[in-house]
Amino acid sequence: MARSNSRPLSPHLTIWKWGPAMAVSIMHRVTGNGLATAGALGLIWWLMAAATGPEAYATFVKCATSPIGYLVMIGLSWFFFQHLFSGLRHFVLDMGAGYELKNNKMWSIATFILSLLTTGFVWLYIFGKAL
Amino acid sequence: MGTGTGIGRVRGLGSAKHGAHHWLAQRYTAVGNLLLVLWLVFSLISLPGLDYESVVSWIHNPLVAVPLMLMVVSIFMHLRLGMQVMLEDYVHDKGLAFFSMLVLNFYAFGGAAAGVFAIAKIAFIGVVKP
Repeated sequence: MARSNSRPLSPHLTIWKWGPAMAVSIMHRVTGNGLATAGALGLIWWLMAAATGPEAYATFVKCATSPIGYLVMIGLSWFFFQHLFSGLRHFVLDMGAGYELKNNKMWSIATFILSLLTTGFVWLYIFGKAL
Repeated sequence: MGTGTGIGRVRGLGSAKHGAHHWLAQRYTAVGNLLLVLWLVFSLISLPGLDYESVVSWIHNPLVAVPLMLMVVSIFMHLRLGMQVMLEDYVHDKGLAFFSMLVLNFYAFGGAAAGVFAIAKIAFIGVVKP
């Protein structure tokens, strides 16, 4: 919708003190769209490379296991777990629960802690197995 | 907007009966993604290796190929709905909004088709010798 500049918006983003609920909300959108673009394209690349043959797959593995490749994969896995835990939080909120200020704040922070811990455990397991 | 109460419209009880369809489909596919992507993550980290032969012979199994296809479809349905909401929020120009929705639909359906085709090829043909 086009809006008229003569009718200002209330300054919502600039005046509120940042809190965990705001951070988890915008991160849900950022991680979701990151996964929807980079994550989904990576998944299709991986499947297409495997379907094409050993050479195409070798090219994929070479890119994925480069330093940038690992950075992207670790980042995407953290995005996935952050989106997962914040999505689970959404299910609870959708049922009409978890809006009490203390609980809401606690579970917002918990999504970040859980996603970082899960990402850490997964990659520790992967790198531990590779050694 | 139809007649009736606000809550009635929100529940999709208007003339079209699908007021909350987008919102619900987002949740259904979210549950699908939750189960299927976690299954993929656990499967990948427990495979003996992620080299060509290990991965292709794993996907060759029908009990892997079918859930993997379902996962691709669920993912692309979910991302289509999610990115639609993002674009509706941020793309204000009417023409650009139409164009972005067109591109999003091409991307979502094209990506899902590519993924399902790749899995089907592996399921039917299996390991290709170089």
